[in-house]
Amino acid sequence: MNSRDKKKEKKKLASTFPNMVLVLTVIAAISALALGFTYTATKDAIAQVEVKRTLKALGEVLPAFDNNPNDEKYMVEGDDDLQIYPAKTDDQPVGIAVKTYSDKGFNERIWLMVGFDKDKKINNISVLKHKETPGLGTKMKEPKFKDQFNGKDPASYRLKVTKDSGDVDAISAATISSRAFCDAVQRAYDALSKERKEVKDESQK
Amino acid sequence: MNLKNEFVRGLIRENAVFVLLLGMCPTLAVTGSAINGMGMGLASTAVLLGSNVVISSIKNLIPDKVRIPAFIVVIASFVQVIDLVMNAYTPDLHEQLGIFIPLIVVNCIILGRAEAFASKNGILGSLIDGLVMGLGFTCSLVILGSVREVLGAGSIFGIKFVSADASTILLFILPPGAFIALGFLIAAVNRLTRKRA
Amino acid sequence: MEYLIIIIGAIFVNNIVLAQFLGICPFLGVSTRVSTATGMSAAVMFVMTLATMVTYLLNTLLLIPLGLDKFLQTVVFILVIAALVQMVELILKKVSPPLYQALGVYLPLITTNCAIMGVALLVFKKNFGLIESVVFAIATAIGFGLALVLFAGIREKLELYEIPEAMKGAPIALVTAGLLSLAFMGFSGMV
Repeated sequence: MNSRDKKKEKKKLASTFPNMVLVLTVIAAISALALGFTYTATKDAIAQVEVKRTLKALGEVLPAFDNNPNDEKYMVEGDDDLQIYPAKTDDQPVGIAVKTYSDKGFNERIWLMVGFDKDKKINNISVLKHKETPGLGTKMKEPKFKDQFNGKDPASYRLKVTKDSGDVDAISAATISSRAFCDAVQRAYDALSKERKEVKDESQK
Repeated sequence: MNLKNEFVRGLIRENAVFVLLLGMCPTLAVTGSAINGMGMGLASTAVLLGSNVVISSIKNLIPDKVRIPAFIVVIASFVQVIDLVMNAYTPDLHEQLGIFIPLIVVNCIILGRAEAFASKNGILGSLIDGLVMGLGFTCSLVILGSVREVLGAGSIFGIKFVSADASTILLFILPPGAFIALGFLIAAVNRLTRKRA
Repeated sequence: MEYLIIIIGAIFVNNIVLAQFLGICPFLGVSTRVSTATGMSAAVMFVMTLATMVTYLLNTLLLIPLGLDKFLQTVVFILVIAALVQMVELILKKVSPPLYQALGVYLPLITTNCAIMGVALLVFKKNFGLIESVVFAIATAIGFGLALVLFAGIREKLELYEIPEAMKGAPIALVTAGLLSLAFMGFSGMV
């Protein structure tokens, strides 16, 4: 056992400065290459996942349409994180959806897809991403909370919880999540009156 | 190396979660459901396998003084690969596990096995070691996840077995429940292994 | 005002250990004595704040503009943290050898403290700016220290009680942590 250990000791590369730098550089380089390769290989699949999610949400929140709102999406001045999706039937506008967000949630940024009809009334809302507390904040996805927004006109409907002098019934014990939801919907409505910005490239967020 | 012994070691005697108390963070965080627990376990096992094999293959080329940074780069790379692959092919699970996927890199089990085993043993042995420790980890996550899901949501692997408005003990899906459930599970394991001894 | 919400949120409402499950290993490992708990918390606060600043700047100024953050973020972040921990070890050895001794093996283990890597990643998920990120890091570390010291205090007392054999050690610690976590849940009405 002893001589075998000695052999193993000898075989290991000595901890000289040049050796250490060389080995670490080589490992880092190979790692960067491998990761770059994996990224390139998975890039399209990842983008596709995002497109699928968007299309599904658009189908849920917009009135019936026959165009592809995702192909006609655009951004607005003042906020590069928002995406606007116009919906049309026979080239006539029937509604518009906004991919909106709020940082006022419990944990991470929440993303919603808010669908408006052609009169800018809320048609339906879909929760895209959230990290709210299970059983409490997650109730924002349930019809009991979410559907109260449907059919409302934000021009007159106050998008705040009743605690903040608004018209929205908050989820009990989940005021923070409810507030964040309202914040996101308000942001979506405000986006409808913003200046359109040209989408420079097709890279998805 | 006796394969059966190895499995018993990873699953029971040296179970990462219930005995060695390693990898606690993901264990408590993602076990709100059995599926998430399984997903995390398998993802971690994949990283463990990859890093164990690679580190074992290059162990003689790494000067001793820089072995920790070297291990870290290898492990972090595998974690990033798993992150990308899951984002592309298992997007819902990727969404559920969130930041805990990149956090696999700080799962003490992986660095621990690299240091304690892979850097000192052959490739095949390291492969098996990674497999059994990883599967043991996965099992404990699934067990804890199932307990929490059954008690907290009335379902198992997503299949609800109570009526829609039956009240469940929501606490078990929340942080306190995670701690308490794990505490009692470890106590149960202690009790069982003590009787055997 | 926004900063106040971030601070209260990080320390009480969304405590890093008791609500977000980050930093559990040192939480269970170093919380047997209030003295080591405070020492560890200070070290974590230093590393966490510094690490968040460095990774934030690195990511914002270098990785994201070059598009490298999509596949190099994990490796770069953990290497920065590992380097910082090494630095802290060296500094501590010179500045306060007794603390260095007391923390022992737990000091290098700060590298694998999921709380540090977790916070570095979270500030991007929360879309914080630089100042907000630093405030968040400091507040989170305070929350970590608070949970750790409280827990150590309880554990010191627990040693005086009769505990069933199977529950000794980790099980009773975890159940206690669960109760502490439950208590902290009461804070969520605050913001």
